Amino acid sequence: MRLSRLLWLVTRVTGAVEETPRVRTLLLDANGWPGHRAGQHLDVRLTAEDGYQAERSYSIASAPGDELAITVERLEDGEVSPYLVDEAREGDGFEIRGPIGGYFVWEDDGRPVLLVGGGSGVVPLMSMIRSSSGSTSIRVLYSSRTLEDVIYREELAARAGERLEVFQTLTREQPPGWTGYTRRIDAEMLREIAWPVAEQPHVFVCGSTRFVDAAADGLVALGYEPLSIRTERFGATGG
Amino acid sequence: MADERRLDGNAIGGMMLELFGVEMTTATEVCRTCGTADVVARLEVYMDAPGTVVRCVHCKAVLMRIVRGPDRTWLDLSGLRCIELPGGTE
Amino acid sequence: MPVFSRGFQGRRSEGPEDRIPPGQHLVDDFPVLSAGPTPHTPLDEWSFAIEGGAEPATWTWDEFRALPSEELTTDIHCVTKWSKLDTVWRGVSLDTLLGLVEHDAGYLLAFCDGGYTTNLPLEHVTDGKAWIAYDYDGEPLEPEHGGPARMLVPHLYFWKSAKWIRGFRLQDEDEPGFWESNGYHILGDPWLEQRYWGD
Repeated sequence: MRLSRLLWLVTRVTGAVEETPRVRTLLLDANGWPGHRAGQHLDVRLTAEDGYQAERSYSIASAPGDELAITVERLEDGEVSPYLVDEAREGDGFEIRGPIGGYFVWEDDGRPVLLVGGGSGVVPLMSMIRSSSGSTSIRVLYSSRTLEDVIYREELAARAGERLEVFQTLTREQPPGWTGYTRRIDAEMLREIAWPVAEQPHVFVCGSTRFVDAAADGLVALGYEPLSIRTERFGATGG
Repeated sequence: MADERRLDGNAIGGMMLELFGVEMTTATEVCRTCGTADVVARLEVYMDAPGTVVRCVHCKAVLMRIVRGPDRTWLDLSGLRCIELPGGTE
Repeated sequence: MPVFSRGFQGRRSEGPEDRIPPGQHLVDDFPVLSAGPTPHTPLDEWSFAIEGGAEPATWTWDEFRALPSEELTTDIHCVTKWSKLDTVWRGVSLDTLLGLVEHDAGYLLAFCDGGYTTNLPLEHVTDGKAWIAYDYDGEPLEPEHGGPARMLVPHLYFWKSAKWIRGFRLQDEDEPGFWESNGYHILGDPWLEQRYWGD
């Protein structure tokens, strides 16, 4: 058991990547940051000039050891996400706290991995993908609304290969020639792409509550033990 | 139908670490009402009430209530029969 | 000393000072706050009960809707610091309901689908201060906002306006409800900023 003092740390934005029209990755100065495990998240705290504060949690997108990064989706009625996605620029400061989470974490032990993500639920899964040794077999099922909403699209395509199989579904609109799935995930889709239960894969599912419940139910219908499916539910997200 | 405002115990990981000083999402709790044991990460969590409410997945009973005031925090854990934390004396 | 984040304002906006209690800010949406799953009681199973009077009194949905009701426009204030002005409701006044029951109680404890409770002194729900509301903004109250019916006590913090109310028990004591027993103020007057115990 790790006993960990949780303190607020001042960080500054060192760079940004516009992932999609609604989603941005922020690279953060990690001076004093203790490091993290793939799948963990951190808390962000913003303070306005009059002292007003707001705090939210965001999954860490970077692999352990790489430059610290979070990927944030702008929520329509959000309070912190519009600031992080639209306003924050290089040099801007805020506070972070973490890393947090001991359940939704993955360390490569050679067992195959099934990752199921909806919308920005792909973020902690991407930290896992980025931290993989390269000899472990990973299958990803990733649900987005449209092609332009697919976060990390180019990187996933570049990493895809024998050890990383990426399956996608676009639920609202598909480009001409699209060969992926075109509907919300369901048991049938999972049956086609999931590892046989006998392979004893690690399973991680992340996204909105509705997405996670549907994916977990679908996997249980395939014979997966409910307790073997590690889940993390976000508030509203696109996917 | 999934209630979109429902989260899970991962969402209170930071708060638990702050209040208890230990990683709690991997702890196992036992529901006082129905006796079911579950990992904290899998519990049903409602965080947009005036306080945080944690419920048993199986019987929906309230396990924990947490209110954060500016200078005080109120915890009611009476819905739990017990919590098992990983880690002991050795 | 927290670092100030350049350009961060949050979701707040200015409002007429005499209508926004201390520490509150104006919103124009209607935030949903929940302590549990949204109940969905079918109207043919719904009933409203007043207990603790000389005789118990209950109404079915149709009977409840047949009671005299009124429309009101009022401001509401949530302890989580948002305030919303000029909200429009229709419901049955607690004056009407209490007039139908013989009692000598000083307090009530409201009970709701899903198990939520909240307590109120009767002086804070009489003389035009409280309703059981079933319409919001001209439409039937949506489940996520407490429909089919909720308590409405706009002069107190909105946690007192219990969602999914199914009745109340008249009592001699002010028995703390769900939040009042876990840190929140027993009364909750936003103009005195009575948010927590001891405020």
